[in-house]
Amino acid sequence: MSVITKTTYSEPNQKGYFGAYGGKFVPETLIPALNELEKAYKEASEDPEFEKEYLYLLREYVGRPTELSFANRLTDHYGKAKIYLKREDLCHTGAHKINNAIGQILLALRMGKKRIIAETGAGQHGVATATACAKFGVECVVYMGEEDMVRQKLNVDRMRLMGAEVRGVSSGSKTLKDATNEAIRDWVTNVEDTFYIIGSVVGPHPYPMMVRNFHRIIGDETKRQLMEMEGRLPDYLIACVGGGSNAMGIFYPFINDDVYIIGIEAGGLGVNSGQTAATLTKGRPGVLHGSMSYLLHDKEGQIELAHSISAGLDYPGIGPEHAYLHDTKRVEYRAVTDAQSLEAVSLLSRMEGIIPALETAHAFAWLEELMPTTSSDEIVVLNCSGRGDKDMETISKYL
Amino acid sequence: MNRINKVFKDKKNEKIMSLFITAGYPDITETVDLVLGFEHNGADIIELGIPFSDPLADGPTIQYSSNIAISKGITIQGIFNMVVDIRKESEIPIVLMGYINPILRFGLENFFTTAAKAGVDGLIVPDLPLDEGGMIEDLAHLNGIQLIYLIAPNTSDQRMQLSDQKSDGFVYCVSVTGVTGAREGSEVQQSVDKFIQRSKKSITKNPLMVGFGIKNFTDAQNISREVEGFIVGSALIETIRNTYPKDHWKEEVYTFVHQLKYGYPNT
Ligand SMILES: Cc1ncc(COP(=O)(O)O)c(C=O)c1O
Repeated sequence: MSVITKTTYSEPNQKGYFGAYGGKFVPETLIPALNELEKAYKEASEDPEFEKEYLYLLREYVGRPTELSFANRLTDHYGKAKIYLKREDLCHTGAHKINNAIGQILLALRMGKKRIIAETGAGQHGVATATACAKFGVECVVYMGEEDMVRQKLNVDRMRLMGAEVRGVSSGSKTLKDATNEAIRDWVTNVEDTFYIIGSVVGPHPYPMMVRNFHRIIGDETKRQLMEMEGRLPDYLIACVGGGSNAMGIFYPFINDDVYIIGIEAGGLGVNSGQTAATLTKGRPGVLHGSMSYLLHDKEGQIELAHSISAGLDYPGIGPEHAYLHDTKRVEYRAVTDAQSLEAVSLLSRMEGIIPALETAHAFAWLEELMPTTSSDEIVVLNCSGRGDKDMETISKYL
Repeated sequence: MNRINKVFKDKKNEKIMSLFITAGYPDITETVDLVLGFEHNGADIIELGIPFSDPLADGPTIQYSSNIAISKGITIQGIFNMVVDIRKESEIPIVLMGYINPILRFGLENFFTTAAKAGVDGLIVPDLPLDEGGMIEDLAHLNGIQLIYLIAPNTSDQRMQLSDQKSDGFVYCVSVTGVTGAREGSEVQQSVDKFIQRSKKSITKNPLMVGFGIKNFTDAQNISREVEGFIVGSALIETIRNTYPKDHWKEEVYTFVHQLKYGYPNT
């Protein structure tokens, strides 16, 4: 049960396309900013000093490399393949998001930008950005949907404590989609001095590529660590997919390898319930927030409201690279429901003493389907993208 | 000759006024009548907005009018039907302005052929910059729909020239870096003068229309001093929002429109 990619993967192309997906669908005002960003990113990624500083911060401040933990009780529970967890929940601030925030703030400083803006859903990207801004003493404004501010109140307080201004967004569904609209409007208005730190592999080129590259350290470390522990590659990789940054981070270094890769979307109340965030399962191609990808929209092309218990997955779009990996069948995308993810939270908590974020729990929930099909000489690696402290209020309601 | 080109040719000695209204706002039944009323009160070009749920280049006013129109059940086919009805009585140039996603979902080919048949003259897509315009340029050309690109104060000379080459009808100067919405006149004026001077050097094929932030006759005259005309959207929609559905709301709206073009009320 494996897929071998014959050719070497080299997406995106010059214009920022992953196959038919990606591009730069933004107002003219943002084009000079995107071109400037693309140039600055290219120069930075060729500058050994930039990489040195990025890696230094990830080591000394974020706490990388994160562990690859063998989940022995979970493995015994299913009695099949060995399960390893890539512990992004151990990163400073509690999720993978900080890898990208650190990368982008270094770039912003290099470009001489004085003001940082960001959007956030679960608040993890907002917290990561606020953290990076506090560390470098830069002004920070975070846009967050008002519904998410209630669901993830702890993270609102964390951002404010670190000096960020959190601006509530009351338009539309009051969630991540609307926060992103507002952040883009701010950027169009303050394009000269403002750097927009996008929190996932979404948005116009070069963001999807750049954010992926700032997260690929997750997959690079995993490969090295598993080589040391098991002397081989995994058979399966699993990650949850909202915009898709933790997933691209762990998948990307394995794209040319003989590894079966699965991305798990948020099914909400069920993929056919009309209350879902399963973009690849239920959506169709379209343009939102600067790129062509799959999205949930009605027959008039109006964006539909997504639903997920997890604020970080509650988004009607998905990164363009995932759309491409879906169409080419390099990655299999499946969905699990709110209820399944809650069960996974309690299972993992009891079995391994790890309380996962609700987003992350979606990936764990798929083990119920996957594990019976595996055998004991196989290896599954799951990206444990974040910890569940921020979700305790939501989780408590179901205890 | 195309209706847009004809307006610029026929009205060389006045400022061309283009009015933006969200199709279906304040109600689906009002759009055709409003457009005809705008024409009678001085509008030279009509921009009909195709509402989108996530208009990221628009400020609160157009977000609001778009949401109302969507909640009333506006559809793209419905907008084409409106154009057909307007065409029974008027030859005013009609430019559709809409985000790319609803257009893609309608089907590009279907969109352009239906638009041409209905009597649409031009198209502006605020989230389709030159870099992505290739996906519609041939279809627009084939169907005689004039594509109008936007330029902003931070657009390079080279991109301005390319926008001029790729546009037909006119080029749209976005007066400020920002989203749509009425602003203080002085705020716009400061940034716009240098920008317009620069645009005039690069834009040689097409007339220039300046928009974003204009809210009254004085602003309009000042800001469009050096170009062929001006575009007003948010201030018009605000006027409707403040008057609809009071008695005689339309008269108040038409007075605003007449003032905007001529500087004095209609009698
Ligand atoms: C812990 C965690 N995992 C996953 C996600 C989803 O984002 P992405 O799909 O970009 O990894 C989030 C978003 O907030 C998150 O906080």
